[in-house]
Amino acid sequence: MSDAGKYRYNNSEVTGRGDLLKNQAASGEMLSGAEIMVRALKAEGVDTVFGYPGGAVLALYDELYKSDIRHILTRHEQGAVHAADGYARATGRPGVVIATSGPGATNLVTGIANAHMDSVPIICITGQVSLDMVGRDSFQEADITGITIPITKYSYLIKDPCKVASTVREAFYIATTGRPGPVLIDFPKDMMVKKAEFRYPPELDLPGYRFRTRPNREMIREAARLLAESTRPVIVAGGGVAQAGAQRELLNLAERSGIPVATTMMGKGTIPEDHHLCLGMLGMHGTAYANFAVSSCDLLMALGARFDDRVTARVDTFAPRARIIHVDIDPAELGKIKSADISIAGDLRRVLMDLLAEFQPADYSAWRERVYRWREENPLAYDQNGSSLKPQYVIQRISDILAGDAIVTTDVGQHQMWAAQYVKRNKPRTFITSGGLGTMGFGLPAAMGVQVGCPDALVFCITGDGSIQMNSQELATVAHYRLPVKIAIINNGYLGMVRQWQELFFGARYAHSDISGGPDFVKLGDAYGIKAMRVTDRDGVEPALVEALGHQGPVMIDFVVEREENVFPMVPAGGSLNKMLGR
Amino acid sequence: MGITGAEMLVRCLEELGVDLVFGYPGGNILPVYDALIGSNIRHVLVRQEQGAVHAASGYARVTGKAGVCLATSGPGATNLVTGIATAYMDSIPLVVFTGQVPTIMVGTDAFQEVDITGITIPITKHNYLVKDVDELPRVIKEAFHIATTGRTGPVVVDLPKDVSSAVCKAKPPQEVELRGYKPNYQGHPTQIRNLARLIQEARRPVIYAGGGVIRSGASDLLRTLAERVKAPVTTTLMGIGGFPEDHPLSLGMLGMHGTPYANLAVQECDVLIGLGVRFDDRVTAAVEHFAPRAKVVHVDIDPAEIGKNVLVDLPIVGDLRLVLTDLLELVEEKDHQEWLDTVYAWRRERPLAYGSPDVLRPQYVLAKLGELTRHRAIITTDVGQHQMWTAQHYGFVRPGSFLTSGGLGTMGYGFPAALGAQLGAPDTLVIAVTGDGSFQMHMAEMATAVQEGLPVKILLFNNNSLGMVRQLQHFFCNRRYTAVDMVNPDFMKLAECYGAAGLRIQQPAEVEPVLTEAINNGRLTIIECIISDTELVYPVVPGTKGLHEMIEYTEEN
Amino acid sequence: MKHTLAVLVENRPGVLTRIAGLFSRRGFNIDSLAVGRTENPSVSRMTIVVEGDDRIIEQVCKQLHKLIDVIKLNDITEEEYVDRELILIKVHAEPNNRTEIMQIVDIFRARIVDIGRNTLIIEATGDQGKINAIESALRPFGIREVVRTGKIAMVRGAKHKTETNGKTIV
Ligand SMILES: Cc1ncc(C[n+]2csc(CCOP(=O)(O)OP(=O)(O)O)c2C)c(N)n1
Ligand SMILES: Cc1ncc(C[n+]2csc(CCOP(=O)(O)OP(=O)(O)O)c2C)c(N)n1
Ligand SMILES: [Mg+2]
Repeated sequence: MSDAGKYRYNNSEVTGRGDLLKNQAASGEMLSGAEIMVRALKAEGVDTVFGYPGGAVLALYDELYKSDIRHILTRHEQGAVHAADGYARATGRPGVVIATSGPGATNLVTGIANAHMDSVPIICITGQVSLDMVGRDSFQEADITGITIPITKYSYLIKDPCKVASTVREAFYIATTGRPGPVLIDFPKDMMVKKAEFRYPPELDLPGYRFRTRPNREMIREAARLLAESTRPVIVAGGGVAQAGAQRELLNLAERSGIPVATTMMGKGTIPEDHHLCLGMLGMHGTAYANFAVSSCDLLMALGARFDDRVTARVDTFAPRARIIHVDIDPAELGKIKSADISIAGDLRRVLMDLLAEFQPADYSAWRERVYRWREENPLAYDQNGSSLKPQYVIQRISDILAGDAIVTTDVGQHQMWAAQYVKRNKPRTFITSGGLGTMGFGLPAAMGVQVGCPDALVFCITGDGSIQMNSQELATVAHYRLPVKIAIINNGYLGMVRQWQELFFGARYAHSDISGGPDFVKLGDAYGIKAMRVTDRDGVEPALVEALGHQGPVMIDFVVEREENVFPMVPAGGSLNKMLGR
Repeated sequence: MGITGAEMLVRCLEELGVDLVFGYPGGNILPVYDALIGSNIRHVLVRQEQGAVHAASGYARVTGKAGVCLATSGPGATNLVTGIATAYMDSIPLVVFTGQVPTIMVGTDAFQEVDITGITIPITKHNYLVKDVDELPRVIKEAFHIATTGRTGPVVVDLPKDVSSAVCKAKPPQEVELRGYKPNYQGHPTQIRNLARLIQEARRPVIYAGGGVIRSGASDLLRTLAERVKAPVTTTLMGIGGFPEDHPLSLGMLGMHGTPYANLAVQECDVLIGLGVRFDDRVTAAVEHFAPRAKVVHVDIDPAEIGKNVLVDLPIVGDLRLVLTDLLELVEEKDHQEWLDTVYAWRRERPLAYGSPDVLRPQYVLAKLGELTRHRAIITTDVGQHQMWTAQHYGFVRPGSFLTSGGLGTMGYGFPAALGAQLGAPDTLVIAVTGDGSFQMHMAEMATAVQEGLPVKILLFNNNSLGMVRQLQHFFCNRRYTAVDMVNPDFMKLAECYGAAGLRIQQPAEVEPVLTEAINNGRLTIIECIISDTELVYPVVPGTKGLHEMIEYTEEN
Repeated sequence: MKHTLAVLVENRPGVLTRIAGLFSRRGFNIDSLAVGRTENPSVSRMTIVVEGDDRIIEQVCKQLHKLIDVIKLNDITEEEYVDRELILIKVHAEPNNRTEIMQIVDIFRARIVDIGRNTLIIEATGDQGKINAIESALRPFGIREVVRTGKIAMVRGAKHKTETNGKTIV
């Protein structure tokens, strides 16, 4: 396959680390495995790691102590891995996590799975018992490489200190190239102490690892032809656009062609949401007009999107009249769910650049008019009457007050969907959310990671009363490092999304979804020395947000909202996209 | 009339005598939640799935029944992993039900799809992905059978949403039919006779008892044996409570942080009788120096444990209760006064020592707690220094009264496990002894405790530090302390925001009144003891040394 | 020393993963593993060749035995058994040395199953000694590709240990 197979380091335009590596190519010192690890991390440009110590990583922490790498101590390993994930999503640089063996390692599992589902490059370094103790159910031994087979892009167990440097290099290479993803390095205690020669960069030897960046010309021409032939095209932009940094090319294509663009949740911000061609999010809780457009189009061009079931609903009625062009860096995604008329494996930026060179715009204005009419007739809406505070209103106000550079993280549930609907983002990497795994508890630690990676950015975490409790211990980390994140709890006293499903599909039998018993979030913030406020009505929203933005440190706002509000529109699971409830 | 898979699940659970499950809902497990309505099975809603599995584990340890939990697919399932691994390492019977995406979507990276059966292969006794609703009744029956028999352990059952929604026609089978699973309970008679002879010939015997004694309910037999042959008994961390520590023959815990006299006795004994133990590295320290003069006996239900870590002179595979019953038929009274005098002299001369009583010492607090509760509370711990101090100083006398994560050493275990223990033993005082680091891992379960009205006491040793790691850095990294200092919440305010009581102890004089108040107040309470981060756990056996080469407490260090 | 284990397992998806995972997790070395259905369609048989001293082999057997899907296990190393392996060898063959290759094939009672422009594919079955021998006999000609099935084995004589009731560890 074209330009793969040469195991050069990552194209430096993405990571900017090429030069660093050259300077590091010093030869020949004898160092301990842990020292080599730290040097290799530095050579990869790592300046920050997230972690939690323990017996099996003692030697590694001792080396960190001597280095100038910044270590962020979380309060649970899951906080560390989500933070590294948020860091990576916001900065585009791989996030690094360190945890001890056994429970430290297993506590990473959810976070690794989360990064895997959303293709986020993270490197997890776990301590392991000494090699001679491996396989004997030793104290704090867990077979973490075995456990994580289904949820990592690749994993290593270091069995020779001479391999530390090459393992680190390969790990970063694999995590950040092709379709990015998590890589785990399991590092036995004795390997940290044993000495070996340090040379960097070492040889890469990865005959089994290939990816294709340069697309097939023929396919590009075909795609251009289909575009020219079509009369009702739609582009669906996914997270892959952000990963590839192809937002400029996407905008270019959209504007030159006048094709409307819907995004997946992961694709939010890859096209400015205030742009007239942007239809917002499609899918289960997408805008009616995006779903109508997709259901009526005759050509659907999916860019870095994977036809997830939350997007397509029932697959056989998804875009039923459309021919499909599917572009993705991962060939295994092509044809996995929906067979495409044209499948293009490659780097999205290159694909779009090539396509822009090939294609002749046609006139889609009639189609556009139709789509715009849908938009006018079916806007996102909610009932603004009544005295209670509406969650949508809160989120709309948050969106209004955020400047363009602010970065939003969310948790999982109704508030996430409202955030996806109402928070407008104009740049990629500014809406950070758990898409594929839907991990409650992601929002707060991810916001910490974002803030660490982007110290000057305004970071806003929109969370639910259920989700925040999953990793609320991380409030101590926020306080510890004075990370000035703003936390908005959309507090409905319910596992709201569960309650909504129970209301709609289980005869309103609310089995175990009521969590109204507390805690008192204002007092909780107070226990951490974090400024905390409560808002219970419409008029309180604006002043509270202004105050939060004016405050230097972290702030937590408890928005006590209407308890039984539902997220609409909604396509029931297994239904067709154009059959939405609550419209 | 047909019932759904989910309804069948609930019915099977009821028939199996399950009256309590721990869980957290989500899309793909919703049919099961719906089926729980109207059942008399109590469901305890936790705040993070990891809390559910630890709580189920605490419940199982206290009741001897399998703990049951429910979680949704994807993140719900992965959040269980640490808890499952913790239970697996300590052989705790659990049956865990996870939701899964509909079978047609399995393998497509669907929303909230995770291959949880693949992930949990290394950390379960067995697991199932149910693809056909008519297999469900059989699978449930097998899962409970496997979890609770032989060497007990966790079993995962992954339930796709279409399976739990489909109509189930099959009936639960009468019998479990597993041709690959036939645990062996009865010890081999010849080996038992050999053991009786060995005991009769021994001059310096030591019994080394582990968690297997508690799991098989053999502590009364152990006591009879020890008294009859006058063998001193030391226990592992997991074996604590299996032999009363107020008994003259008790040497307390052995191992890395064991008592000096237990460790010396093991190194000097001529016959070491391992009962339901696994010669873990935390017990043996450098295994080549372990019990160098002893003939080693190993009795365990799991044949794979025998000979795994040490060479054994006399192996017996079987259930400890049955093996000891048979053995007691054969052994006669014996005396080893000289040996006991030696051991008792060590105990007198080298007790567990700690610093002066003018400042608040955790060891003192724990000894006091033992007194005030007449050593009869159920104590759970987290992992760290406080865990070892508890093991050393509380003075356990009842099996099943000490719940701790031994094999995996999972911080965050203690508090949720205490909730499960309280639910399993509603009339017993349950105390979670924890550290500031560990408690934070699952302090959100305070909301669960309040919701369920559980009056658990949280005895929190706050040294503003990951103390045990700091201690390791003290001894092995030349006092270069990194990533161990904690910025903590105000734990008193934290208690308040959950509606719990908060009490603080700073001086030795406050210990007795505050503990007494907490024991009697009938509500969820945090008792925060402010201690110094320079306090260390003694003795310490470095991993590369023999058990006799301990670093003991002296006034200088 | 190498041991040959005959393992009867439930014929179910995932069983191979459990066994492979066990070997890698516990650091046991698999030399070869062959698996296929038996006369009973619900049972598969694996022939596993493992390397290790007696203690390791004992652990391997005990750990395998613990898997619920393992029905029965025998270490047949010391028994009288027949074993076979199938090998396919693609060897470089110029017109001038084809006869020589064919002679070797005859000696080993192997067969030529495909002829290319300058390659031959040779199929041979036999015990491992024979398979190794034919491979080295052909090496001088230039071996392009080799595929081996791994060893399968069966104990001689009466069918004394195939009832699936209860496990035997030898
Ligand atoms: C770890 C985890 N467990 C369970 C779920 C299933 N789940 C999805 S949304 C939701 C409710 C979320 O409640 P909350 O955070 O309060 O948000 P709301 O829906 O009320 O806005 C649950 C339980 C999940 N996504 N992740
Ligand atoms: C989940 C997990 N992460 C890391 C560790 C490693 N570890 C063992 S003890 C310890 C410190 C515990 O601190 P704390 O709970 O405050 O107890 P202390 O030792 O101070 O009594 C750590 C980090 C662990 N055992 N479990
Ligand atoms: Mg909520």
